[in-house]
Amino acid sequence: MAETLEPNLVELASLENVEKGTSLWKDAQHRLFKNKMAVFGIVVLGVLALACTVGYGIARKAGLGHEIQDLALGASAPSAKHWLGTDPLGRDVLSRVLYGGRISLMVGVVATATSLIIGVLYGAIAGFLGGKVDSILMRIVDILYALPFTIFVILLMVVFERSLLLIFIAIGAVEWLTMARIVRGQVMSLRHQEFVEAAFALGLRKRRIILRHIIPNVLGPVIVYATLTVPAVMLLEAFISFLGLGVQAPDTSWGVLIKEGADAMEEYPWLLIFPGAALALTLFSLNFLGDGLRDALDVRASKD
Amino acid sequence: MIRFIIRRVLISIPVLFIIAALAFFMIKKAPGGPFAKERSAPPEILRNLEAQYGLDKPVYEQFYIYVKNALQGDLGPSFRYANWSVNDLIRSGFPVSLELGCWSLMIALLIGIPAGIIASIKPNSISDYIPMSLAMIGICLPTFVMGPLLVGVFALWLGWYNSSGWDFAYDRVLPALTLGGYYAAYVARMTRGGMLEVLSQDFIRTARAKGASSVRVIRKHALRGGLLPVISFLGPATAGLLTGSFVVETIFDIPGLGRYFVTSAFNRDYLLLMGAVMFYAILIVFMNLVVDVLQVWLNPKLRFD
Amino acid sequence: MSALPKIDMALLQVQNLRTSFYTRNGIVRAVNDVSFQIEKGETLGIVGESGSGKSVTCYSILGLIPQPPGRIEGGKAIFDGGLDLLKCSSKELNKVRGRRIAMIFQDPMTSLNPYLRIEEQMIEPLLIHEKISRDDAVARAVQGLTEMGIQDAASRIKSFPHQFSGGMRQRVMIAMALITKPDLLIADEPTTALDVTVQAQILELIKKRQADLGMAVILVTHDLGIISGFCDRVNVMYAGRVVESAGTHDLFYKTKHPYTKALQKSIPALQPKGAELYTIPGMPPDLSKEVAGCAFVPRCEFAKPECNHPVKLLDVESDHSSACLRVQRGDLKL
Repeated sequence: MAETLEPNLVELASLENVEKGTSLWKDAQHRLFKNKMAVFGIVVLGVLALACTVGYGIARKAGLGHEIQDLALGASAPSAKHWLGTDPLGRDVLSRVLYGGRISLMVGVVATATSLIIGVLYGAIAGFLGGKVDSILMRIVDILYALPFTIFVILLMVVFERSLLLIFIAIGAVEWLTMARIVRGQVMSLRHQEFVEAAFALGLRKRRIILRHIIPNVLGPVIVYATLTVPAVMLLEAFISFLGLGVQAPDTSWGVLIKEGADAMEEYPWLLIFPGAALALTLFSLNFLGDGLRDALDVRASKD
Repeated sequence: MIRFIIRRVLISIPVLFIIAALAFFMIKKAPGGPFAKERSAPPEILRNLEAQYGLDKPVYEQFYIYVKNALQGDLGPSFRYANWSVNDLIRSGFPVSLELGCWSLMIALLIGIPAGIIASIKPNSISDYIPMSLAMIGICLPTFVMGPLLVGVFALWLGWYNSSGWDFAYDRVLPALTLGGYYAAYVARMTRGGMLEVLSQDFIRTARAKGASSVRVIRKHALRGGLLPVISFLGPATAGLLTGSFVVETIFDIPGLGRYFVTSAFNRDYLLLMGAVMFYAILIVFMNLVVDVLQVWLNPKLRFD
Repeated sequence: MSALPKIDMALLQVQNLRTSFYTRNGIVRAVNDVSFQIEKGETLGIVGESGSGKSVTCYSILGLIPQPPGRIEGGKAIFDGGLDLLKCSSKELNKVRGRRIAMIFQDPMTSLNPYLRIEEQMIEPLLIHEKISRDDAVARAVQGLTEMGIQDAASRIKSFPHQFSGGMRQRVMIAMALITKPDLLIADEPTTALDVTVQAQILELIKKRQADLGMAVILVTHDLGIISGFCDRVNVMYAGRVVESAGTHDLFYKTKHPYTKALQKSIPALQPKGAELYTIPGMPPDLSKEVAGCAFVPRCEFAKPECNHPVKLLDVESDHSSACLRVQRGDLKL
C-alpha cells in the first residue's frame, strides 16, 4: 500500500523531490530503518510476539503449561527443566510469562485498536466538518478529558463482571480521547492548508481529496500515537491487574505475575524479575519504535 | 485572566457533578453491596443507614440525599472501618498521600528538568544519550515493578530502609523515589523535547548574535518556551501522581487515601469509595485548572485571546 | 567614491572562507572559498539567489552556524586588524557579537523572542556588554525606538512582539542591534519579509543611522534593485562563490559576469516597456555535487568548453573582479 501513494502536492512543489521522486513513505521507511533503536524495538517485539504465541505452544508440547501445578516441587529457582523457575504452586514460570504475555499483548493491541477506531472517526468528523459540529464534539471531549479515568476504569472493573472483554472496552474507552484530539487537529489544519485548497481548485472531488491527500498526512501522527498508546494501555492493564482488579485466574497477565512476584520477592526474586523484565522489555521496544516512527514521519525534519 | 479562571471554575462544577453521578450509579450497580457481606457492619448501623440513606428508595433519590449530605460536609460512615466516618478516614489518609505526592513531584522535577536541559544542549551526544536512556528505562519500569525492585535491593538486600511503613522520616525515601522516579523520566523527555524545539527557533539565534552567553541564552530565552510542555504535562501528571499512589501505597503499606480507595473498592465500602472518588476528582480538576492558568500566564501569546 | 587602500585598514577581512553542511544527502558546500573585505563606514552589498551562500557567509563570520550539521572547514575572518573571529574562544566572540558587530535578520516575527517584552529584549545587549543600570538601559532603549520613528516609545516598549506590525518589529530589531553603537551592522535580507512601501522606509532608517554612527553595513539581499540606492560596493555570489565584485556603479554599467548580467535582465523595472519577462534558464545548482569549473555553466548563454576548468576571482579592471574565465581572458564583452 505504501508504495502506491503519490507524494502530496506540497512535495511536488519542492524541487528536490521532483529530482529524486522520493515519496513520503519511502523516505520515512528509509529513515526508520536507519534508526538502530527502532529496529531493535521491532526485532524484540517480533521475538516476543513469536515466543508468546508459537513459543507457548511448543512449551505445551513439552509438557509445560501455565496452569499445571506441581505442589511437591513448590517454588524453585531456574533450572534445566524449568528455565525460569517455578512459583509456590510449582507452576512453570516460563509458561506463565509466555501465556501472560499473550494476554497482555492482546489487551494492548485490541484496546489500542478500539481507541484508534473511535478516536480517528470522531476526530476526523469533527475536524473535517468544523463549525458547530466540531465545537460540540470537542466540548464533549474536553469534559470527558477532565474525568479521572484511572478511577473510572477501576470503578468499572469493580462494578461489572471482570472479563477480558470488559478490560478491552474499559481501557479502549479511556484512550480514545487524545487520539480524537490529535486527529481532529491534524484534519483541521490540513483542510486549510494550501495544497488542499489547490486540490479543490483543481476540481478534485471531496472523496479523492480525503483519500489521497488528507488521510496520508493524518496517518503519520496516528501511527505514531497508536504505537505509543499500546505501551500505555499495557501499563494500565498491568496496573489494574496488579491491584487485583484486572485479569482473573485462571488467566494471567504480566501484571498479575508481577503482583505474585512482588508478594514473594523476598524468598523467590525470580518470580518478580522475569515478568517485570518481560513487561519492561516490551514497553522499551514499543517506545523506541514509536519514537523512531515519530522521527521518521516528521516531514519538517526531512530538510536538514 | 480573571474571566478565564471564573469560566473554568464554572465549567468544573457540572464536570464534578457528572463524575459524582457516574460514580454513584456505578457503585450502586455493583453486585454485592456492603450489606451483602455479613461482616460489614453491626445491625444498628445498618438500620440507621437504611433509614438515613433511604436504601429502599429509587437510586435517584438516594443520590440526591447523598449530595445533600455531602454538601453539608457529611460523607457518611465507613462500613469496613466501624466507628470511623468517611470524613475521618479522608482526613487521616489525605495528608499522608499529599506528603507522598509532594516528595514525588519534587523528585520528578528536580531530577527531570535538569536532565532534560542537559540532554537538549548537545543533542545526539553522550550528554544526550545517557540521560535519555535512563529516562527510557524509567518509563518502562512501572511503579509496581520499580517499587518491589527498590525494596528488594535497598531494603531487603542492603538493609538501608524498611520495606514498608510510614513511621519514620526515611520511610519516605523509597516510595517517593519509586513514584517520583517514574515521572522524572517523563519530565526529562518532555523537557528535552521542549528545549530542542525552542533552541531551534530564530530568536535563539538573535540572542546569540547579541553576544549572550550559552547560560544566558538558556536561562533567559529558552527556558520559558522550553518548559511549556512540562507545565502542560503537569496537569495529567498530577492525576497520575495521585492515582499512582494507589500502587505505591499498596506496595509500601502506606496509610494514605490511595490505599483506602483500593481497599474500599474491594470491600464495596461504597460510601468510602464515593468519598475517595469525589475527593480525587476535585483535586484533579483543581490541578488541571491551576496548570492551565500557569500556561496562559507563561505564554503571552495565549493571553490575548 | 574614494580609492580603497587594500590592506590593514579593513574593518573586516574574510579570507578563503569555507563552510559545509553534512546532511543525509551528502556534503553541501554552502560557502566555497569566499574572500572579501569591508572598510570602516563602507556599505557592502552581497547579492545572490537563495542557496548562493550569502546568508551562510554572514552566519559563519558571527559563529551562528549550528555545528553539527554545519562545519567551518577553513578560512579567516579578521576583525579590526586583530581578532580572527573563526578561531577565537566563545568568550571573545561574545564580546564582539552584539557590541562591535551586530546582525539583523530576515523575519522579525520569528527573530524576536515571543515570550519576552520588547523592553527586556532591547536592553539585553546593554546589560551584557556595558556596565549600566537597568533604568539607564531602558532610557536608551526608548530613545533608540524613538529614533526609529516609533511613536510613544516609552509605553510601547512594554509590549510583546506579536502586538507590533511587521514593519515596526523590524524597526525594533534595528534599534536593538544599534543600541550598542556597533562598528559593523550585518543586515540579512532586512526587507524581504516586509511590504514594498515599508521596505523603503526601513532602508532609509538604516542609512540614516549609519551616517549618524559612522558604521559599516553589510547588506545581504537577493534584490539587485535595493543595492543600487544603498551600497558602495557589491559582491555577487553564486553557488557558494563570489563571482563578481565591484563598486555599485561599475557593477551595473560595466558588468563583468554573465550571471550578474542575467540578474539585471531579470529585473522587470529595468527593462524596456513591453519586453518579455526574463528568467534565467535552468535551475540553481545542487551544492552537494562538486563542480570542476564555473558553477554557472549549465545556465550561461556564453559558456564554452574551457569554462569547465577551475577559475578564481581575479581583478579584470581596477577595483573590479570577476570569476568568469572568458572575461578574464578578454574573450567576452558584456
